[in-house]
Amino acid sequence: MKTKAAGSENRHLPNRLGIKSWVWGGNYTLERYLYTLHRVTGLGLLLYITLHLAMNGFRLGGVESWIDIMEILGMSGFKVGEYLVAAAFIIHALNGGRLILQHLGYTLGKPKPPVYPYVDSLRRRRPIVWAMLALIVALAVYVLIVFVT
Amino acid sequence: MQELTFKVQRYLPGKDKKAYIQQFTVPLRQGMTVLDGLIYIKENVDNTLSFRSSCRMGICGSCGMFINNFPMLACHTPVEELGTDRIEVRSLPNFPVIRDLVADLDLLFEKHKSIKPYIISPDTEEAEEPTAEFLQSGEELEGYVQFAYCVKCGLCMAACPTVATDALFPGPQSLGQAYRYCTDRRDAGVEERFHQADSRHGVWLCHLAGACSEACPKGVDPALAIQLLKRAMVFDSLRLKKKKKPASIAQPLAESKPKIDVPEFTVKQP
Repeated sequence: MKTKAAGSENRHLPNRLGIKSWVWGGNYTLERYLYTLHRVTGLGLLLYITLHLAMNGFRLGGVESWIDIMEILGMSGFKVGEYLVAAAFIIHALNGGRLILQHLGYTLGKPKPPVYPYVDSLRRRRPIVWAMLALIVALAVYVLIVFVT
Repeated sequence: MQELTFKVQRYLPGKDKKAYIQQFTVPLRQGMTVLDGLIYIKENVDNTLSFRSSCRMGICGSCGMFINNFPMLACHTPVEELGTDRIEVRSLPNFPVIRDLVADLDLLFEKHKSIKPYIISPDTEEAEEPTAEFLQSGEELEGYVQFAYCVKCGLCMAACPTVATDALFPGPQSLGQAYRYCTDRRDAGVEERFHQADSRHGVWLCHLAGACSEACPKGVDPALAIQLLKRAMVFDSLRLKKKKKPASIAQPLAESKPKIDVPEFTVKQP
């Protein structure tokens, strides 16, 4: 299978969308772009953890270097960054919970003989996604209020 | 007469290094589909335009194209439904382009073939020389019949963001069909298919973007089939799955006498 697939891609004009399809792949609806949002927030959290570990490394330089770095991190730009991390965490955690359930086939319903106009299982259960998004917005607003006050 | 602007992808192997868009003007007719527009161009404007089509009624799955940035069957897409007089038609993404709008679907068929899309019978003798049909309840049929409507058009593969980034991912079409056969009580190939799907590039790479089901022109819902396949595999590995009983074979019909006697011929036999 590998050889034939690779062979045909070499013979003809390659047309694989690649990673750019995460950003824009076509006129799809909500779930396709939640897929992108989940990945972006995941990568953002990974970046945060890496930076967090690097910043903690300043403790090895003694109290003065730790105080210096804390002063820099206390600037408003970093506060916005911290809020974005919290928001990314909320999105990733709640959407991840939905994905875990749906990856195991829960909340998707049973297969049905297709009757036109076709509505697939994800679209039938879209209220679950709307409820999740509402919860994300509510939590993000709550965290924003906590950050500001 | 109202006119439509068709922006069509062109690519001639050996001549063009990359695909480009050519614009055509097509007169609008009532009930016209995108395929009708392409046929008009081929018959009246440019007979070198290449595209694939056959049944013209959404059954064969030959005319899958990327129409106004969404994978659709050209014969199944009335231009009026698109809500615009500018129609952009490209070859299906994620498949190599042979020429103009003709995508190379080898990849789809190879992946489909690899999951053994047929009943693997536990009784090879009965499979080779069948004596009677296998019995199946209506409920059992409902468990997979939705997935059996697949026409192998490749739209789900064109929509899938994982197929877009991983050439070795089997894709929604073949994984959906793997579930279709695994859930069939007449089939005994579950282990083989689970083993194949449970790989580094296998079923776990599906992260439920749902674009495959959104694009499917036959309501097959491959995203649902893939999630049910994952559940079956998880339950199987945790030994929580009930073993499916193999389908029994129908008993031969007992000889019976008709309840009402067959009337005598009223016309004299010659």
